[in-house]
Amino acid sequence: MPEDESVSVPVDIDIARVARLARISLTGTELGIYEAQLPVIIDHAARVQALDTAGIEPTSHPLPLANVFRTDSVGDCLDRDEVLSQAPETQDHQFVVPRIMDEA
Amino acid sequence: MSDLADLTISAAGVGLRSGEFSATDLLEAVHKRATMTEADLHAYLTIDRVGAAKAAVAAESAFRRGEDHGPLQGIPIALKDNMVTRAIETTASSKILAGWVPPYDATVVSRLKQAGSVIIGKTNLDEFAMGSSTENSAYGLTRNPWNPDTVPGGSSGGSAAAVAVGSALGSLGSDTGGSIRQPASFCGVVGVKPTYGLVSRYGLIAFASSLDQIGPFTRTVGDAALLLQAIAGHDPMDSTSYQGAIPDATSGLDAGVQGLRIGLITEMMGGEGYDPEVIAATRATVSKLENAGATVTEISMPSVDYALSAYYLIAPAECSANLARFDGVRYGLRVGGSTTEEMMANTRGEGFGPEVKRRILLGTYALSAGYYDAYYAQAQRVRTLVINDFNRAYETVDVLISPTAPTTAFKVGEKASDPLAMYLSDICTIPSNLSGHPGMSVPVGLDAAGLPIGVQILAPALGEPVMFRVAAEIERQAAFADRAVLATSAVPR
Amino acid sequence: MTYEAVIGIETHVELSTSSKMFCACPVDTDSEPNTNVCPVCLGLPGALPVMNEKAVEWAMMIGHGLNCEIVGHSVMSRKNYFYPDMPKNYQISQYDLPLCINGHLDIETDEGVRRVGVTRVHMEEDTGKSSHIGGDSGRIQDALYSLIDFNRAGTPLMEIVSEPDMRTPAEARAFVSELREIVLALGVSDAKLEDGSMRFDGNISMRPGGTEGFGVKVEIKNMNSMRSLQQALEYEIERQTELLVDGHEVVQETRHWNEGAGKTESMRSKEEAFDYRYFPEPDLVPLAVDEAWDRRVLAELPELPSQARSRFEDLGLDPEAAALVARGETGPLFAAAVEAGADPKSAANWLTGEVMAWTRRNNTDPAATPLTGKHIAQLSTMQGDGRLSASAAKEVLGWVLAGEGSPEEVAEARDLVQMSDAGELQGIVDYVLAENPEAVAKLAEGDEKVLGYLVGQVMKASGGKADPKLARELLAT
Repeated sequence: MPEDESVSVPVDIDIARVARLARISLTGTELGIYEAQLPVIIDHAARVQALDTAGIEPTSHPLPLANVFRTDSVGDCLDRDEVLSQAPETQDHQFVVPRIMDEA
Repeated sequence: MSDLADLTISAAGVGLRSGEFSATDLLEAVHKRATMTEADLHAYLTIDRVGAAKAAVAAESAFRRGEDHGPLQGIPIALKDNMVTRAIETTASSKILAGWVPPYDATVVSRLKQAGSVIIGKTNLDEFAMGSSTENSAYGLTRNPWNPDTVPGGSSGGSAAAVAVGSALGSLGSDTGGSIRQPASFCGVVGVKPTYGLVSRYGLIAFASSLDQIGPFTRTVGDAALLLQAIAGHDPMDSTSYQGAIPDATSGLDAGVQGLRIGLITEMMGGEGYDPEVIAATRATVSKLENAGATVTEISMPSVDYALSAYYLIAPAECSANLARFDGVRYGLRVGGSTTEEMMANTRGEGFGPEVKRRILLGTYALSAGYYDAYYAQAQRVRTLVINDFNRAYETVDVLISPTAPTTAFKVGEKASDPLAMYLSDICTIPSNLSGHPGMSVPVGLDAAGLPIGVQILAPALGEPVMFRVAAEIERQAAFADRAVLATSAVPR
Repeated sequence: MTYEAVIGIETHVELSTSSKMFCACPVDTDSEPNTNVCPVCLGLPGALPVMNEKAVEWAMMIGHGLNCEIVGHSVMSRKNYFYPDMPKNYQISQYDLPLCINGHLDIETDEGVRRVGVTRVHMEEDTGKSSHIGGDSGRIQDALYSLIDFNRAGTPLMEIVSEPDMRTPAEARAFVSELREIVLALGVSDAKLEDGSMRFDGNISMRPGGTEGFGVKVEIKNMNSMRSLQQALEYEIERQTELLVDGHEVVQETRHWNEGAGKTESMRSKEEAFDYRYFPEPDLVPLAVDEAWDRRVLAELPELPSQARSRFEDLGLDPEAAALVARGETGPLFAAAVEAGADPKSAANWLTGEVMAWTRRNNTDPAATPLTGKHIAQLSTMQGDGRLSASAAKEVLGWVLAGEGSPEEVAEARDLVQMSDAGELQGIVDYVLAENPEAVAKLAEGDEKVLGYLVGQVMKASGGKADPKLARELLAT
């Protein structure tokens, strides 16, 4: 296994862009902290690139399962009042959100 | 033994059945212990006195009717607050879920209720189980019962501390990179991460779905086996739940280790960051096993050196999606904004703590266009290499042994400002989360400062019986279970 | 220079399974808001998805209906983006390993049959619905706030992606229309454009005629009918061609079809391009479709519209009538009628004419009525041999559809059978002849006009039941 740790993607993170993608508003101070910290962590994590993984299949589940299904039958739903009681704002039995800028 | 709160689950079961004391007596003892210790430790976020009292009365009448739902009937159990409980506030120690009262029970909670156990309350954790010290809680940190200047470990620090101090007879935690085993080691209790899929994740607030697994904390290996058997089993609500027969963890507790083959993981037996006292205790433990009839070999697993790196790509990537649902629309905190986009960003900016934000940003970056293959996909391939290493090892040994953590409990605040140093505390536990294999921590002694040392036993998938068999022998040899009472008296009353 | 359009269509079809894709909540569009929700489809913390097996099999059926390969190993992925009607802020969908790939659909065009490639058919979950309150345009951007109902969230949704193989709006329309017929024939969706259970987006670019490259692509959304699809594409061809002819460039963007204004409009441009950060859904396990399973699904595949059309043509219908009969719910009835001995053309006329009109009037469909193939055969025979007049036959059909019995029984009970037996009618003819000597005389002189009068008298004497053709024959001899 080669251990050439110089092999890595150059770490250049636009934290502000990543934060927008993750829908997290950051203060200027936070931005500075993460700009300093994240490249260090990424740099450590990027060590995975030093391993020769040619021909190795990625594992996304620790258990080798396939075809887990439920049958198409209807079960109980939640009580609407109980559901809505947890919402920050409701109207006409629906959840209220401010103006939506983008269309999906 | 004068105080019921110091009983093991199995001893309490005997007393409940003989009528020596009632489930209410037992619960009262545990409540009294909590009252004495909570101000110093803060193991709990919520104590549900009313619900627990009702459950204790229900268990008593079941006993009177001659109904016996097994070893947990009437036993007070605590739950890490990332397990969803109907009608009991569940926050995962995050501000973003402040005040959330779930409309449903996690599968493990239903199982515990069916088994007649008494849910005491919800324990503190690092926010969304992200951390190794329980300092990252939006509701204040938890302290280690053995020395309140040190951390209890994490992220299931509250569950570990509660069991160590006797404010619960057993508890549940969740382990994504060591979050059960490392705090068990720091608090001198037994902690088990079962095989991935053995215990349902339905109702466990997800951190990293392919790594998360629920498991028990107890004072003894035997109690851990009882609690595990009660919560393990197929759940049709969890697609990743194991569908086959559940291995019996209690089956080999008295069998000893004669003829078993034990491997010591070379890469975890020293080097930078490892406390020599921890290494010495691990070696001493293995020698005792050898004396008891096991054969011991050292086994090298080169890929484990990369496991931490892979983990810090996979776990943040999964968490970045898992935590996207906290958006201020349907439940929990909302911080206003003139548009939905702004409201969501403000809510998440204020609602999540620094470590959670750090990991979400890390994961979002690792998955973003152009980086997926270099980071996430490569980490998943490293995961395959780790599994291959484990499988090779299990061709020649029955279990693997290592320290649970490189050190004993560290000081409060010591690693709070250095995320990488904190992450290194999980270096011994992470590989088995990547592989999905079971692992557990058993206390074996104290270091010079009087802090507990834990040894980790790892086994192949569904290898719980042999893992518990070795753990039981380690426990007999170390005679540590007797010291559990020490933990409680070590706490200022 | 002339320009040619290159068009691809992305279609979403909601499946009409009983329960949702990943939970046991009902798929039901008529319920009160937020009543068909559970921890899973509401994205509550801790909830986990479990796949609906029927939805997977129906997706395979759609794949087969579009001549796709069913992929042996496919996986669900998370598509990450924030939107308030998407409870988890990621959509469980398929990415690099979809269930069905490499299919095609043949459509009729003016220049004959054109084969349109189907890139993939994949499974995903639908979002909730938002309604926008305040503002007078009804448009989302002008609203003051929005209300969200999660009943639809988690409904099984199939995404069908075509290759950019269409060249005209009419071809695009033919593609979508044929796709809809297939989905209906498979019985996996009600495919209602007006309810959004079938919806489509278009991709369109222009290139110089005769070249093979691709121009800058524009995506068009919000086309809610076949007609708006065609109009939007026509508008876009004109717009893009004009830009190119004037030496401008087409901007790659998403445009919104404004039905009222009859034009496409640029949507608010995004701050940055979407970055969906797909990765395999760790809460679900892979799908493994082996041959045995695929064969089982294939065995239950109903007849496809193209197969039905060619079978009906084989039964003696011209292509147009075959297409009419095959559309909708009349195909099986037609086949049964022909089997029961009906004349194919007559049966087709009944089904596509009176039967469809009656069911539409009564807000039902042919399959829900007591009408059988045998009934249609009987009706067409009775009309053919003169026992029923055209108007009586229509009336009889109405009563059959209403459940009064077979055409024979209805005609008998309601006394609608024509006197078409010469022996029976002869008595009435004889009586009319005897009563009208003057007319008879004129008739003998060769005055043909008087014959009409006499037929009228026979009809009157028979109480309207005489077969006028037969009466005329008998009077003339």
